[in-house]
Amino acid sequence: MQRELIERLNALIGEGVGKRVLGWKRGEFFYDTEPAILAADQLDELVYDSFCGPNLSKYLIQEMPKLGEGEKIIALIKPCDSYSFNQLCTEHRINKDKVYVIGVGCKGKIDVDKIRARGITGITGIDVDGDALTVHTLYGDEQVNRKEVLLNKCLSCKGKEHRVFDEQIGESEETSTGDDRFDMVKKLEAMSAEERFAFWRGELSKCIRCNACRNVCPACSCVKCVFDNPNTGVQNKAAADDFEENLFHIIRAFHVAGRCTDCGECSRVCPQGIPLHLLNRKFISDIDELYGEYQAGEEVGQRHPVINYTQGDCEPSIVHERGSNA
Amino acid sequence: MKMLKLANLGGWLSAINETQRVYLPIEAADQVNYGVWTPDSVVRLDALRTVKSAKDAFFPQVENMMNFKTEGKNVSVEMIDPKVENFVVLGVRACDAKSFEILDRVFLSDPYDPFYAARREHSTVVTLACGRPDENCFCVNFGIDPADPKGDATMWIVDDTIYLRASTEKGEALVKDLEDADTAPVEAQQAKTREICEKLPFGKLNLKGFDGDHLMEKFNNPKWAELSRACLGCGTCTFVCPTCQCYDIRDFDTGNGVQRYRCWDSCMYSDFTLMAHGTNRPTQVERFRQRFMHKLVYFPSNNEGMYSCVGCGRCLAKCPQNLNIVKVIKALGGDEA
Ligand code: SF4
Ligand code: SF4
Ligand code: SF4
Ligand code: SF4
Repeated sequence: MQRELIERLNALIGEGVGKRVLGWKRGEFFYDTEPAILAADQLDELVYDSFCGPNLSKYLIQEMPKLGEGEKIIALIKPCDSYSFNQLCTEHRINKDKVYVIGVGCKGKIDVDKIRARGITGITGIDVDGDALTVHTLYGDEQVNRKEVLLNKCLSCKGKEHRVFDEQIGESEETSTGDDRFDMVKKLEAMSAEERFAFWRGELSKCIRCNACRNVCPACSCVKCVFDNPNTGVQNKAAADDFEENLFHIIRAFHVAGRCTDCGECSRVCPQGIPLHLLNRKFISDIDELYGEYQAGEEVGQRHPVINYTQGDCEPSIVHERGSNA
Repeated sequence: MKMLKLANLGGWLSAINETQRVYLPIEAADQVNYGVWTPDSVVRLDALRTVKSAKDAFFPQVENMMNFKTEGKNVSVEMIDPKVENFVVLGVRACDAKSFEILDRVFLSDPYDPFYAARREHSTVVTLACGRPDENCFCVNFGIDPADPKGDATMWIVDDTIYLRASTEKGEALVKDLEDADTAPVEAQQAKTREICEKLPFGKLNLKGFDGDHLMEKFNNPKWAELSRACLGCGTCTFVCPTCQCYDIRDFDTGNGVQRYRCWDSCMYSDFTLMAHGTNRPTQVERFRQRFMHKLVYFPSNNEGMYSCVGCGRCLAKCPQNLNIVKVIKALGGDEA
């Protein structure tokens, strides 16, 4: 598929559709691909394989002002990234007219940390044969089933349909386990307030306030985050107390409520493995329940329930009713 | 050489713990970080890399430095006394052990840092040799031998046994009551580890040209724009790095006074060294360049060639977008010099 993709990109650039491509390029190892913007003469560096997990949509924001009148950038967009793309269009952070979207097929992306977690370290190469992975290491070869080491976000994939594209390339394959993605949210809801508090303190006390979760998040597209303003009196980089570790995440989850597409990047990038997506999923499940099912980024121009009044909306008193056992 | 069965580690730690706290790799909520030992701790000496490095033991992410209180028209200033009790940092890998030398250069040179100094003085460092380096380990480039780390005492874990060697009086105090042991198993492990080191993908990086003489050339290299393009400007690489040493000093308004504290800072952040006139690093390109120039050019040119990277591989493993110092070395080093 990669060869086919590069040929097509060359043709598109030849036809004058765009001059540069937003995609992924090879890193030092086979697994550490890097988001990249490539010109025609750099296309041989492009890679599209099982390790292209990072969501590229947000990078388009910074490209917008660089594009001249009528000029387009060609972007490779996975099915999940297409939701973020649409959401950013809705928020006027990117302009669809300036992007030629190639919807790239997806068979799920591999999480190398899950391979490491099995004690397989010193990884130097990997051969993919369907679902059978042969992992080469400094200490010998190991066999792994691809389906068991996919990124968490792929296990609850929203489906392989691109919600936006000018053309599509490559095959997709279902990766969702079929489990309810709100399972863990329900478990947390069923806990007592003390248990739930203990769960979140355990997770959030690991936070080092690196802000990777915020910076990677396509919904966090403010030019300057309020937490980066020294005049607020709180420090974005200090993990001094519970306030800084907990409330930052809760405030952020509120701020992206209704706009979070559940792309899963926050949890993917967290160096401390904090399951941040659970906070967002709690909001998503509440929105679904209180306002009817809603998926951010499905279409451009949606008004999400939090900012859209309808007569059927729940009353503000819901806060007291539902909060009473907390 | 002394020895201790791995199964008896808890007993030994508990004996040490009677007089001093032990700080070591502990697993909590699925991640391994340094923490204070208790009998309930899940000790993970087998974890090659903790998420955060061992530097927290001497240079914690946040600490209070002084308090100001206002009463009427009086302002009183209370200095925080960095009074520290003796403690042990245990399980430190060779790379992190080397990072202490680098941090010493910064915090113990004039004007020395009393907080850091007090912790260094009261600590005993017990290192742990690596038996299974990872593909992204590259400490060997910086004169580090992962099979024989320096410290007050050094441990090797071979099968179900911990072997220990004391190198200082402090180290001797910890191991003196343990059983004597033969050195052969340790030597065998060392030979194997060194063999693996020969095969490490980044074992022989070309660092030619990373020095003060090539400063402007490196600084002005046009490749920085491309190298930094995907950078999110998060602080992950700096906060997991054992040698990143920058901090910010901030005042917290308590209502009737001020708590002055310091917290780790990151050159990747937009408010880093922000001054009244604005900033001299307006985009991520300059911020990114600062991190690597500091480690590979500025620090060695001020410290007789000592780089401020120890090749621990944390920034390689943790950068969300897979940017790292090895890519920089390969792009700008060697023949480029
Ligand atoms: S979430 Fe779905 S579309 Fe996105 S990378 Fe995973 S499998 Fe592919
Ligand atoms: S990425 Fe993880 S460690 Fe970093 S700020 Fe977010 S939650 Fe905290
Ligand atoms: S290099 Fe990576 S870890 Fe460091 S600030 Fe940039 S994106 Fe974050
Ligand atoms: S720069 Fe990266 S590899 Fe070097 S010491 Fe810091 S975290 Fe480790």
